[in-house]
Amino acid sequence: MTSFLSVEQLTQRYPDGDGGELTVFENASFGVEKGEFVVILGHSGCGKSTIMNILAGLSEATEGVVIMDGAELSGPSLDRGVVFQNYSLLPWLSTLKNVTFAVAARYPDWSREQVIAHSKKHLEMVGLNSDVFNRKPSQLSGGMRQRVSIARAFSISPKLLLLDEPFGALDALTRGTIQDELLKVWAGTEQTVFMITHDIDEAILLADRILLMTNGPYARVAESVDITIPRPRSRTEIVDHPNYYAIRNHLVQFLGIRSKEMAGKTDNADNRPQTVHIDELSRSATNRSKIAI
Amino acid sequence: MKVLSLNQRAALLSLVILVGGLLIWEAAIPAQKLASEMTEYERLTGAGSAKAGVPPPSQVIAKAWEQLSNPFYDAGPNDKGIGIQIAYSIYRVVAGYVLAALIAIPLGFLIGMSPIAYKALNPFIQVLRPISPLAWMPLALFIIQDSEGSAIFVIFICSIWPMLINTAFGVAAVRDDWVNVARTHELGALRTAFMVILPAAAPTIVTGMRISIGIAWLVIVAAEMLVGGTGIGYYVWNEWNNLDLTSVIFSILMIGVVGMALDALFGMLQRFVAYNE
Ligand SMILES: Nc1ncnc2c1ncn2[C@@H]1O[C@H](COP(=O)(O)OP(=O)(O)OP(=O)(O)O)[C@@H](O)[C@H]1O
Ligand SMILES: [Mg+2]
Repeated sequence: MTSFLSVEQLTQRYPDGDGGELTVFENASFGVEKGEFVVILGHSGCGKSTIMNILAGLSEATEGVVIMDGAELSGPSLDRGVVFQNYSLLPWLSTLKNVTFAVAARYPDWSREQVIAHSKKHLEMVGLNSDVFNRKPSQLSGGMRQRVSIARAFSISPKLLLLDEPFGALDALTRGTIQDELLKVWAGTEQTVFMITHDIDEAILLADRILLMTNGPYARVAESVDITIPRPRSRTEIVDHPNYYAIRNHLVQFLGIRSKEMAGKTDNADNRPQTVHIDELSRSATNRSKIAI
Repeated sequence: MKVLSLNQRAALLSLVILVGGLLIWEAAIPAQKLASEMTEYERLTGAGSAKAGVPPPSQVIAKAWEQLSNPFYDAGPNDKGIGIQIAYSIYRVVAGYVLAALIAIPLGFLIGMSPIAYKALNPFIQVLRPISPLAWMPLALFIIQDSEGSAIFVIFICSIWPMLINTAFGVAAVRDDWVNVARTHELGALRTAFMVILPAAAPTIVTGMRISIGIAWLVIVAAEMLVGGTGIGYYVWNEWNNLDLTSVIFSILMIGVVGMALDALFGMLQRFVAYNE
């Protein structure tokens, strides 16, 4: 039970406006290992953003604790980088300054040149070149803006990177290229990532593990699905992997049917997600060995 | 023929309207005889002064030429150049305005950041804001005992409200997401204020400052008419008492030109701080 990040019995309640209470999720518990890329999937309103904001330290849970690297989280910190769906960039600063201010905050002893060089390096890593460094975010396309946000998040090397539907506002083609950029940048680091998405294919492409949430209220993290597809992955090749459709079907089934069936309050105090490990290769291997016998 | 751009055509039209207006004005004024051409009888019956009505634009232009070619002469308390008078007015406006900004912007920040401060101060603002700035004049004269200080106070009190309200509004309307960016990067309170909240609210704040300077320039003319001594408002009033309508019209135009320049200055500042989301 000593994960790098461990979320223990997290409960969030809000006043529902009629004098009552709305329990978004209750006793949600899960862990994330160092260097792991974890994606959380669930229907709108189940509390994904709420969990993310708690992990970012931007809001506090009603009950429960989050422990990262042995210490309980309290308040926001440079240890946790956040990319929001929109508005992560400050519109009055140029692209470059949107990154340098973060780098300067992270490494206060660095010289100006060091800060600029480090920032440029990360912008170039996500495929942005010097043409756009001096442009304002409003002069960039949506995809470029999210690239800048990602470059900034990686430039401060946070212990935990939090992404809340970072590509939600982008068209499918742009989304594809940025997913590739993200994978490329991530592959060169030991970065631990926790990401929200609505897109099943995006989740399979990026994640080591997918957490599935039941519908709210009283939502919880019900399953943890291992993505048994080796890296490096590419969008065009993973679909040929035997595990791809098995995993995808499992996720579609969950979101379509079981997230509803399993919804609601449970009396179970320990709501740890059930691990689901789908591996067609080893199954057929065992099948084959059975036949051989 | 090359087609003129929209701006060029508009400028041409402005010029036509200006020249046309001036010609109509010139033609509408009945020709006046020069005093030397009047008969003794006419002069004695005051025909000359009876016709000292609205001067034609040619006279105003001549006056402007005369005044602007030597704007800073000083020939005693009742005869100073237009430049000196305008300088006095601008000095009072700037003094009152800067004092107002020094209070309104920090206070606006506080009100915008803190719902308690907003609720507590709002009733005072709502009662004080609609008071005509000149209504403060008697009280100011009594307390400050100095016409100069009173005029500055009146400018102060009229320019504080738009700046205060716009600053508070601008600060309160800063997107939570941007504040969250500051929080997740551990910017301290001071750096958050200067790096995030101030630039985010700057367009709204500068709009308030622009409204304020416009009001201040409107009010200074009236205030100087009341307190007298120096300034463009006093100058207008003084020339009216001298029945020198040419100077009155000329100074009215100068008030307009200076007001436009002040506004343009803040227009530039506004463009400088503007951003697109
Ligand atoms: N400040 C708040 N006050 C009251 N209720 C809130 C507040 N913030 C969120 N909620 C409620 O909590 C629930 C979960 O919200 P949350 O934004 O976490 O959902 P989500 O899973 O991120 O949804 P989406 O996928 O649409 O982004 C919603 O029902 C929402 O109405
Ligand atoms: Mg959300």
